[in-house]
Amino acid sequence: MKNKNSLLKKITGSREASLVIVLVVLLVVISIMSPSFLSPTNIGQIFRNNALTLLMALGMLCVMLTSGIDISITSTLAFTGMTIGLLQKYDVIHNTLLLFVIGTLIGLICGTINGLIIAKGKVAPIICTMGFMYVWRGMAYVISNNNWASGADVAGFSDFGKDGSVGPYIILTVAYIVFFIVMKWTKFGRSIYAVGSNAEAARISGINVDRTIISAYSIMGMLAGLAGVLSVSIYASAQPNMQYGKEMDVIAACVIGGVSMSGGRGSVVGTFLGAVIIAVIAKALPLVGIDAIAQNLVKGAIILFVVVLNVITQRTMDKQALMRREM
Amino acid sequence: MKKKLFSALLCATMVVGLLAGCGGGSSSSQGGDASAAGGDSSAHTYAIVTKSAGNPYNEREAAGFKEVIEASGGNCVVQNPESATADAQISVIQSLISQGVDSIAIAANDSNALASVCQEALDAGIKVLTLDSDVNTAVRASFCNQAGVQEVGQALIDAVYDICGGEGQYAILSATSQATNQNAWIDAMKSVQESDEKYSKLELVEVAYGDDEPQKSTDQTQALLTNYPELKCICAPTTVGIAAAAKVLQDQKSSVKLTGLGLPSEMKEYIGADDAHSCPYMFLWNPIDLGKLAAYASIALVDGTITGAVGDTFEAGDMENSPYTLSAVAGDESASEIILGPPFKFDPDNIEEWAAVY
Repeated sequence: MKNKNSLLKKITGSREASLVIVLVVLLVVISIMSPSFLSPTNIGQIFRNNALTLLMALGMLCVMLTSGIDISITSTLAFTGMTIGLLQKYDVIHNTLLLFVIGTLIGLICGTINGLIIAKGKVAPIICTMGFMYVWRGMAYVISNNNWASGADVAGFSDFGKDGSVGPYIILTVAYIVFFIVMKWTKFGRSIYAVGSNAEAARISGINVDRTIISAYSIMGMLAGLAGVLSVSIYASAQPNMQYGKEMDVIAACVIGGVSMSGGRGSVVGTFLGAVIIAVIAKALPLVGIDAIAQNLVKGAIILFVVVLNVITQRTMDKQALMRREM
Repeated sequence: MKKKLFSALLCATMVVGLLAGCGGGSSSSQGGDASAAGGDSSAHTYAIVTKSAGNPYNEREAAGFKEVIEASGGNCVVQNPESATADAQISVIQSLISQGVDSIAIAANDSNALASVCQEALDAGIKVLTLDSDVNTAVRASFCNQAGVQEVGQALIDAVYDICGGEGQYAILSATSQATNQNAWIDAMKSVQESDEKYSKLELVEVAYGDDEPQKSTDQTQALLTNYPELKCICAPTTVGIAAAAKVLQDQKSSVKLTGLGLPSEMKEYIGADDAHSCPYMFLWNPIDLGKLAAYASIALVDGTITGAVGDTFEAGDMENSPYTLSAVAGDESASEIILGPPFKFDPDNIEEWAAVY
């Protein structure tokens, strides 16, 4: 009995564990409704189709840990993607690796500008990134000049993200492993958590707060740029309105994953699970036969349910910690 | 002190800029008034409002419109709202009304939401017509229809029939569930299918909505393939959807084939008769011609050649089907429309040539 109790405590006491349970329940329900859901091809498609959300969620984790937010990411993505598409359309560059480097650099620059204004100019993150949300999206429209880059323009380059290619999976795996290590075991990782929990304390203990914040936004921008290149490769199409409004999916992935909006709290594993839950929902809704017009409704309901569950878990965790301390 | 001086200078610059802007604006509107009073037909101002900026289809439409207007000596105003919503179009149309243009041709993003602003334009004496996608018929003179709804439905169902080999399952991948055009075409496909015994062995298994987003269209296409292993053909009557579906099918080397409505330049990669290509053939019309037709109709409305009544006729320069006659809209005999022509088929033989055009 006691054993069972402690197992229950363990489950309700760890956010990641409760997310795993939510994910398993989701998968079981979906598999019953659509038996082929867990086939290897389908699982591959889940990760490939949502590679952009999965990738950008890592950057959003960094930003949210510093108690910030970045809503300009899909605009950065569109600007980068459009640039990459046009570079190929007008036959300037066709080297896949070079295109990835250029895209990532553009994203890095966009993100660093965000970070500089937020850290040095003390502008509220949501305001600053809202401005850039319009600026980069507008830039994407301006440079596109009413043209799209499509299948034939990006032929060759799109092989990297093609269905069946391992490219997107490699990028995702490497990104998650690197972030897991950095956030857990490096000084930089710890300073991000420190800045988010208590900026003043972090400053006093010798952490360069401004630099940490700038780095967080730079990383976010870099990943958004990388996601822009990847998007062009996966969908073989660059349009200025690409991924419009999808920054909310990225934020939702983090929130579901237990990343706190007020900073200092969240993990790479949680973010991964949150993003996978979002990905599974996106993939499953058309498969299980929910009417197209009701799909957003169901998606929102599931997100709310998981977040509420999260809050309850968090509270239980805090209570348990408090109880331990009192004992 | 330096800072103060700097901000004072900045303010001064802005004020001067504003004044200059106003000055420019008023002088140009004066010019417009003067010419209107003189009754010089060549100096009329014709506006076109497309669905949104940053879309090659809309851009070609506006280009065709502009070409005809400028060749006739009129002034052309092209407005691309920043997003494909009715709200964005309403503010654009309101600014055109206050500019006092002579006609506005609108590719409507919403048939009902634009009704009141169109009425405002009519009240201000502006000729209102639509192209590509219609508004409520009471608030516009006529509608330049890219292809008759019935003809599009017929062409699409015949393509499905042909690709499926006369029998089997097919699915439709549409844009949004509220898209006026797509819904009309899908309804037409269904009614053609019901009306003729020939199509009785075809089964429409699902209408999926990709919301004209590559990612969602990809998800939806893959879901169709998973849910219906017997599927033979997907019909996507929307340019974003068809390109996304084409890529999914081609990447997976699926035996499922695709047809629908797509931009040749977007679809070049996927059109071919062999198994390596996912789309044997598809349809569309020429957006440049649609823009031109709207321009000729605008000119005819402004100079009084047509009023928008059914049976009116006007010349449209060197266009293929000129002169055009206004026909009655199906289901609403008092409202008129101008049909550009039958949908145009793009197959492996002509795709290269058209991909270079649009």
